Amino acid sequence: MDEIRFLMAGDSALVAEFGNAISPAINARIRAFNIALEQAKLPGILELLPTYRSVMIQYDPMVIGTEALKAKLSAIAKNLDSIAIPPASVVELPVLYGGEMGPDLAFVAEHAGITPDEVIQLHTEPEYLIYMLGFTPGFTYLGGLNEKIHTPRLTQPRVKIPGGSVGIAGSQTGVYPIDSPGGWQLIGRTPVKLYDPNRAEPILPRAGQYIKFRAVDQAEFDEISRQVEAGTYQCVSYPRKEAE
Amino acid sequence: MSITVLNPGLLTTVQDQGRWGYQQFGVPVSGACDPHSAAMANIFVSNDPGMGVLECTLMGPQLRFECDEVIAITGGDLSPSLDGKPIPSYAAVEVKAGQTLRFGAPKSGCRAYIAVAGGFDLPKVMGSQSTYMKAALGGLEGRKLQKGDVLKLKAPVATFGNIRQRFISPEFRPRPVYTLRVILGPQDDAFTEKGLADFLSSEYTVTQEFDRMGCRMEGPVIEHKNGGDIISDGIAFGAIQVPGAGKPILMLADHQTTGGYTKIANVITADFRLAGQLKGGDKVRFEQISAAKAQELLRCQRASRKLLAHLVNTH
Repeated sequence: MDEIRFLMAGDSALVAEFGNAISPAINARIRAFNIALEQAKLPGILELLPTYRSVMIQYDPMVIGTEALKAKLSAIAKNLDSIAIPPASVVELPVLYGGEMGPDLAFVAEHAGITPDEVIQLHTEPEYLIYMLGFTPGFTYLGGLNEKIHTPRLTQPRVKIPGGSVGIAGSQTGVYPIDSPGGWQLIGRTPVKLYDPNRAEPILPRAGQYIKFRAVDQAEFDEISRQVEAGTYQCVSYPRKEAE
Repeated sequence: MSITVLNPGLLTTVQDQGRWGYQQFGVPVSGACDPHSAAMANIFVSNDPGMGVLECTLMGPQLRFECDEVIAITGGDLSPSLDGKPIPSYAAVEVKAGQTLRFGAPKSGCRAYIAVAGGFDLPKVMGSQSTYMKAALGGLEGRKLQKGDVLKLKAPVATFGNIRQRFISPEFRPRPVYTLRVILGPQDDAFTEKGLADFLSSEYTVTQEFDRMGCRMEGPVIEHKNGGDIISDGIAFGAIQVPGAGKPILMLADHQTTGGYTKIANVITADFRLAGQLKGGDKVRFEQISAAKAQELLRCQRASRKLLAHLVNTH
């Protein structure tokens, strides 16, 4: 593996860069580095921000100097293979596809030359890697959408998309965490709130985890919605089986 | 024990030193655009420097105090007055129940900060009182102040024994400077020699597109080697993004956590107080300094705040 590269992001942040591509292998290293760094509990570190191919480390330069921090980070990066990294978890998100919840499902099917049921089949098959979060609170950048259902964005973006909407834009798929404008093709909706500022854990998804969508019918959607409102719903989550 | 908003002004929000710990989930830090001034305002009224204050933008609000309270105003000079009489900034000021605080024409800077002794009685959301309007988070119902709002005060104070000592004389008050010191990076290697030289030697004008997220600037094109796009990575406060068109964008408190444009440099922390006061039409230059020098300047700025807090609270 290549050496990590340190980039300066002002006097109180360093970027540790692990490569120059979007790939599950690089992201796995970033996840391991992030876990190791959290475990190391270095004094002076304020916050870690993992992205596609780097981690931004914000620190208090009065507590730890830039060069001292680089040395510590290099040592942690070198020893990544020697620490136990738990397998990434897969979080299952129930989705009601089509109809009012997914007004563009028919278009996506037509664009792919397949039936709406086949779109649902292809969309629920993969475990999508959460490369990072950004754009708005709780918005996940996912990798792994089947090429057959890549679909261009709407030519005219919608003014308001309800939170929970599941969409496709080009080679990306994802969930709108809150009501927002946007141009994604909407194929369904999850009743799960990815973002709730008043919850102990305000945002559910984490970079490095995986998301798997599961198709549900209206009755199950309504039942889960009730549980979400009551604060009793727990997402199904399990450790990911590593590919051979 | 409250303040009534008679007029909210252009954009008045509650801000503290930011909502830290959630950037990895896509939540911007927010907080005061000029965090140094916000901390200073708190210190004059014996608050913790990290408490929430009102950030007022260009046209300040009209606020009627329903109880006695001590306040302090810092940052840009937006011509504050109390029942029609001008009041000093960078000083603790007694306000009596029934009096109205108003602002007039903006004289310097962009944002003024109002601290109230004891702070505002508002919940912390995800660890902070800062308002992030795009996600309706924090502050007063996640939004800017509007007419008729009532801001509850937590523990108002009628006066301090040493209230006349709680000020800084004018010659020591922060003043606007239009040279922002920067550290190159993280993507300075994406620019040509000419691009870097132009960035560091030219004057840039803040356009009318400036808000809590950032300031777009106009000026000589900053030349890239191979375009302005990168694989999205983390953004820090003060980052200077340069998209393909070559015009810089200075990122402020509400900046998105990640972005896909090259960042040529980052304003040093000690100069956030200048960055957060920029407004349309201001002309700025960028001066490169070392990280060690920047950290020394930050140490001095923090020391000056510590010293002020010590003087205010022990004399």
